[in-house]
Amino acid sequence: MPHIIEVQHLFKRFNDLTAVDGISFTVASGEFFGLLGPNGAGKTTTIRMLYGFSPPTRGIIRVLEMDISRDWRKIKAKIGVCQQDNTLDPDLTVEQNLLVFAGYFSIPMRQARTRANELLEFFALSNRRRAKVMDLSGGMIRRLILARSLINRPELLILDEPTTGLDPQSRHQVWDRLEKLKASGLSVVLTTHYMEEATRLCDRLVIVDHGKILVEGSPADLILRHAGRNVIEIGGPDQALRDYLKANQVVHDDLGQRVILFSPGGNELSDAVRDNFCHEQCTFRNGTLEDVFLRLTGRELRE
Amino acid sequence: MIDKRAISWRFIKVWNRNLVTFQRIWKVNFITPLLEPLLFIAAFGLGFVGIVGDIRYGGAEFSYTAFIAPALIATAVMNNAFFETTFASFVRMFYQKTFDGMLATPLSIEEIIIAEIVWSATKAAVAAGIMLGVLGAFGYVQFPYGLLVIPLAFLGGIAFGAVGLFFTGIIPTIEMFNLPIFLFVTPMFLFSGTFFPVSNLPVWAKPFALAFPLYHLVELARLLCLGRHETVPLLSVIYLLVFSALFTFLALVFMRRRLIK
Ligand SMILES: Nc1ncnc2c1ncn2[C@@H]1O[C@H](COP(=O)(O)OP(=O)(O)O)[C@@H](O)[C@H]1O
Ligand SMILES: [Mg+2]
Repeated sequence: MPHIIEVQHLFKRFNDLTAVDGISFTVASGEFFGLLGPNGAGKTTTIRMLYGFSPPTRGIIRVLEMDISRDWRKIKAKIGVCQQDNTLDPDLTVEQNLLVFAGYFSIPMRQARTRANELLEFFALSNRRRAKVMDLSGGMIRRLILARSLINRPELLILDEPTTGLDPQSRHQVWDRLEKLKASGLSVVLTTHYMEEATRLCDRLVIVDHGKILVEGSPADLILRHAGRNVIEIGGPDQALRDYLKANQVVHDDLGQRVILFSPGGNELSDAVRDNFCHEQCTFRNGTLEDVFLRLTGRELRE
Repeated sequence: MIDKRAISWRFIKVWNRNLVTFQRIWKVNFITPLLEPLLFIAAFGLGFVGIVGDIRYGGAEFSYTAFIAPALIATAVMNNAFFETTFASFVRMFYQKTFDGMLATPLSIEEIIIAEIVWSATKAAVAAGIMLGVLGAFGYVQFPYGLLVIPLAFLGGIAFGAVGLFFTGIIPTIEMFNLPIFLFVTPMFLFSGTFFPVSNLPVWAKPFALAFPLYHLVELARLLCLGRHETVPLLSVIYLLVFSALFTFLALVFMRRRLIK
């Protein structure tokens, strides 16, 4: 299967800060690929190099089997980008935003109108077409940015934190649309720090931190490998529990007020914990991508 | 330093974006060039007329209002172009992130920069055209040569738009535009033969006026409106062309440095 993106040994330095520190990955055609990481991990910097906005310090980027440093114009004509910042044109209406943007791709006016109508319909913005961007809600703005990034019928869609700051309703609406686009065969690269979003949408993902890739795999695969199918959270752990865990070499994170046990395979451990150590509260649940993320990137605050 | 493949006719799409927003508020955009000359004519034609007599310029006598009329157009060209590529472009670049959005399309940074400059010149030429109509109605413009003020305004617009965008490329915050305005625009406005002939200046001060692009624009505007001049017109045209080319190049270099990280 052809690779729609091929990144090899990519570096980006800002003065003495290495924002992207030698990452390599590929994205297959039709794949929904996630780039996860805490704030400042280097996601946006990577994305910006992917669509030719910023030149890499070192490394090779091939998009749609072309070299971004040489064929940037051809590549940009075939991809859609949804930037982290709101780059909509506040001087223009909702519809004008789409039509003027279509002009940047040299799409003929008639065709641009047809596509704008389709996209406004698809993103439930038809009744706001003459509204000013400033009068839109956060959710509508995001949907309009998404609509705008699809105006050139891209083969690849690049999304930088498309749902950050949205309320749950808006977020689910965006996910719903993205799932429809995925079903239509569009290749997508998504950055996010919502694990639920990544679990739901991504076929495969990498977790990056400090500009390096920590792990790569499908969400289910990563959960099995780094958190386990079952997780037990124990509130108010005592010394007896700690001794027990040590004696039995159970993989766990000790947060002081809480202990989290990973991959506690079999009922034996669950029963032992339930019978002996659940003084305050115990939660028996499935492992999640959030467990994986926090285990790999740590629990300290970023930025 | 500048990639030639990055410059194409596509810049017209960005120019078009500015035209669309201009049309949204075209009434406001037309009022200033319509009313400004009327205000000046009222102030100088009525208020000044007893104090300042006729002006000797280029070997002929002109009423003071007739003398300053072409300079009003030239000054409007400077203001329209310079303010467009300083404050307005800065807002688009920094606050609205309009250029970031454009850079996710087949447009290049070079095309965006050229479009901003060409747009500012277009806006200047539109303003000059309106002012020409108003001043012409009062008999301050000789037609048909006066019509050439419109292409001249476009050239002047490129010059001032380019230097404005160069400042946008180097200025840290929007408030700091006060500095080039105080050091560059205001002295030029006062000493470019706008309100009195440069031939009235002491000898030591003349080279300063000659270095000002506005001076050359004023001179050429007077030539087209009044049929008189003090400098060699061809040299003024060459000066404006060289100035435009130099600052377009500098704007390309510094705006790229600012935007591409
Ligand atoms: N233009 C820039 N100049 C200097 N440092 C930058 C620039 N852009 C990003 N950085 C730094 O690079 C690091 C990665 O940033 P970014 O890619 O935006 O992270 P993320 O998108 O994962 O939150 C951060 O430490 C950030 O401060
Ligand atoms: Mg980011």
